[in-house]
Order: sequence, then structure tokens, then C-alpha cells
Amino acid sequence: MDASVTLKKLTERFADSIIETHSYRGDDTAVVKKEDIAEICTFLRDDKKLLYNFMMDLTAVDYLGKEPRFEVVYHLYSLRYNRRVRIKARVSESDCGIDSIVPVWIAASWFEREVFDLYGITFQGHPDLRRILLYEKFQGHPLRKDYPTKKRQPLIGPTN
Amino acid sequence: MPDIEKDLHTEYMVINMGPSHPVTHGTVKFLVTLDGETIEDLQVDIGYLHRGFEKMCESGTWQQVFPYTDRLNYVSPLINNVGYALAVEKLIGIDVPERCKYIRVIASELSRIADHMTNVAAGGLELGAFTAFLYFVEARELIWDLIEMLCGARVTANYVRIGGLKNDLPDGFKEKTGEAFKRCRTLWKDVNKLLTKNRIFIDRVRDVGNMPADEAIAYGFTGPCLRACGVPYDVRKANPYLVYDRMDFEVPIGETGDNFDKYLVRMEEINQSMHIVEQALNELPAGPINVDMPYYRWQSKDDIYTRIDSLIFHFKTVIEGIKPPAGEVYLAVEGANGELGFYLVSDGTGKPYKCRVRPPCFPLTAAMPRLMKGRLIADIVPTFDMINMIGGECDR
Repeated sequence: MDASVTLKKLTERFADSIIETHSYRGDDTAVVKKEDIAEICTFLRDDKKLLYNFMMDLTAVDYLGKEPRFEVVYHLYSLRYNRRVRIKARVSESDCGIDSIVPVWIAASWFEREVFDLYGITFQGHPDLRRILLYEKFQGHPLRKDYPTKKRQPLIGPTN
Repeated sequence: MPDIEKDLHTEYMVINMGPSHPVTHGTVKFLVTLDGETIEDLQVDIGYLHRGFEKMCESGTWQQVFPYTDRLNYVSPLINNVGYALAVEKLIGIDVPERCKYIRVIASELSRIADHMTNVAAGGLELGAFTAFLYFVEARELIWDLIEMLCGARVTANYVRIGGLKNDLPDGFKEKTGEAFKRCRTLWKDVNKLLTKNRIFIDRVRDVGNMPADEAIAYGFTGPCLRACGVPYDVRKANPYLVYDRMDFEVPIGETGDNFDKYLVRMEEINQSMHIVEQALNELPAGPINVDMPYYRWQSKDDIYTRIDSLIFHFKTVIEGIKPPAGEVYLAVEGANGELGFYLVSDGTGKPYKCRVRPPCFPLTAAMPRLMKGRLIADIVPTFDMINMIGGECDR
């Protein structure tokens, strides 16, 4: 099975860091410990048999009521082998941060800013972690499930 | 001489370009630090068109997401429709009928033609080539006439449904397409003559906004901007969806990745897309356009008005929404700007738990500072044109 090569290599190399894996609807997925995310991403990018050179997407999901509450989701693509993999790292609300992967893929920069903006998850080591879609004085993080859909906030003009 | 240079007054000037500037296609602001005319630093400020796409999706049913997808990349809305429908179908695990696949390919490619034409036309316009703009806008109107025949709308077109389509192709669509393409090809040739060897145009776009292929990959480039760098990555070839594996088309690539290459790639893709539409129309099989699964795609109005089971299914799917099994999927289609991905999470209810779009122009816009540092302020215009940032998609 070509599709599971990634998961096999990952579990061999990082046996202690992989919490679970699945391939629902053919999408290879690995849930990893958040402490090792940068190391795992570097491995996925550089290993000769994997070469995940694209960081396609980075987002988060809020599973309100579960612990840990958030999942940061990475979608990677390997141009060389035409494979995709999804890496997820769980982040709790009390320790709401994860290592930035900007040193691995520069593309992550704006995606991480977006997750910070909309979910309030901080990325340690990010060079410029600011809000991106919303304005600086916006209160709260609107994509969290406990943010009311109808909440209104005053619109504040540009500051510079 | 060194004394003079030391005393020369060279203070940096900081200017705002935008948020409402004639050459910023969406509403976007560049904070440019200038040394004379040279860009020392550039910051891109987006978010002016942020509508809370994901939050809205989470508060409606799965079907109610469609109108929001039209407003992501509003120049090629049907590709967004197709991408979202395919992602939900992957989540449910259904396969649509053959005829539906062909029609979806036709709709996607028509949108791609309109998108590339708009991009090239606007790019030419902003560099002073007004005639080329008029020619391609005429061609785009013809394509939009076809899209209007399909679904009744020209801009926020909404045609695809989960498990099928809103309606079948109208009568005479093939003939109309033939006529429109004939005129489009004439106009394409005219624009090609007006721009491709135009000295002024070439001087403004060549060797501007270029990037080596490996760096473009690291920045997350996809679509025409990546192919202009010489990387033949196209989702339609790499992970063929619908019936793209049966279509005969080429993926044009550039060499240097500068704005001229991006322009050439788009021009050739217009031709290839027209070719795909013609093949799909010729090979179009007969048959149903919707899946026969009343829990996911409602049946014809005749059935709904006369049969109690159809009425119940209809009521349940409209009021509660269709219910995909709990799980998560990521599905990518080739949007006009690059890989358009949908990451959906279902908790088994009628509403999406998470509906994430990977907007192709988001990483492209993020690379603007890298492309522009050390260049002249006038280079912002063609580079930003060829990036083709669409506010609705970038800001969601």
C-alpha cells in the first residue's frame, strides 16, 4: 500500500510521539504530540522517501468540551511522490500554544497568524505573530465555539 | 564624493497604498517603506473583506454553505461550488453520475476561462493597455452568457449541489458554446497580438516578480504562479477528480516565474480550458444528473408533490440538513489561482462542525514582501496583478 508509507515511516521513527493514526476516506492522518511538531515536520520535509515539500494548509478546530480542546491541523503534500498527509496536534486551553513551523515552511507564517487571530492559539517562535484578518483591538477569537455568532464589536479605524 | 553621499538627505518615506487603490483588485493595503523609488520594506495588510465565512458555515446546514462559496473567488464561483460539493461527497462517500461529472468539468473550465481572462485583461489595463482589456471583457461576457444559461446568474453563479446539479444543461448549450468560443478565439488572438510582443508591456512585466521554483514551493505557491516557475503541478493531473483523467489537455509551464511567464501560462490555459470544454461537450453521456439517494439529494418536484416518502425526505433534508457521517476529509481541486482545498469536519449533525477553505491566493499574497523588496514602487502593480489576489477568497 503506497498510501500508508508515510504513516508507517512516521510510527517507526517517532513511536513515542504518535498518539493515533487513521486513514478515513483515504486521507492519511497522524495525531502527534505537540512538543514534537517541529521535529516531525522537519523529518517529513527532509526524509528522502517522503519529501513533503508543500505546506498546503494549516488550520485549527475547536472541540469545545473535550480535553485537550483544540486541534491544530496541518495538510502536507509531497510533489515528488504525489502523496498527502494530515498531521494533527492537540493543544489544551490552559497551555494554548504550540511551536511555530515557520522555520520548516515559510508558507506557514500567514496561516499561523490566521489561527492565532481566529482561535487564539499562540505559535512560539513565530517571527511576527499579529492578528491578520481582524483588527488589533478586536476582543476575543471568533472561531472559538463559545464566541456568539451574533456578537457585535465596535469597528475601530486604522491606527497608523 | 563620499562626503556628498553622507550628507545626502535619504530619509525613508512610508506610504500607504490602499486599502482603496485603483490597482489593488481586492481591498488590501500595502504599507511601503521607500528609499527614493526603491522598496525597502513592504507590509501587506489584508482582512478588509473578512466576512467570517467559516463562522457562517458553522451556523447553517451543509447545503446552505453553497451561496457562501460563490463569494470566495467571485470571478470563478463555479469552481468553488464544485470543490465544496466534491468534498462533502467524499465525506459522505458517494459518487455522482457520469453526466454530472462531465457537466461539472464544463462549468469549472468555463469559470477558469473567465477568471484568467479577467486577470489578463485587468493586468493589461493597469499597465495602460486599455484595448486588450476591452477585448477580453467582451470575451468574458460571452462566457458569462453561457454561465447565465446554465444557472441564471452571471456573477455569484450557483449551480452545483451536493450529489448533483441544480439543473441539466439547457437546450442549445453546445451550439451556443461553439459560437461563443469562435468569437473568444478571435479575441484571444487579438489580445495576444496586443500584449505578448508589446514592448511597453514586456518592459513592465519581464524579470519582475520572479522567484526560484524551490522557494515558490516553500512559500506554498500553487496554480499558474507556481507553474510559471517551471513546476508542472496541477491538481487536475496530480490527483484527477471528476473526469479530468479522460480529458486531453496540457499543463503549460514557464521558466523563470516572472510576471511575463505568469501571463503566458494563463493565456495558454485559456486555450486548454476551451479545448477541455469542447471535449466534454462532445463526450457528454446521457443519463441522470443527480444521485438517487433522497437523503442527500432531493428528488424531482413531481415526486415531492405526489409521493409521501419523497416529501418526508425533502422536509428532513431542508429542515435538518443532510447528515454526513462523523469524520473529516480534505479535498483539493484546481482553482483558477491554484489549489483550492476544503477541509471539512462533520460531527454527524446537519451542520458543518468545521468548514475550512484553503484559499490559493492567501500564500501568494503572503509572498508579496519577498517578491517586492529591492524593486521599484511601479513594480508592485504588475506583480500584484499577476498574483491575482481575490479579496473574497483571501479574507473570507
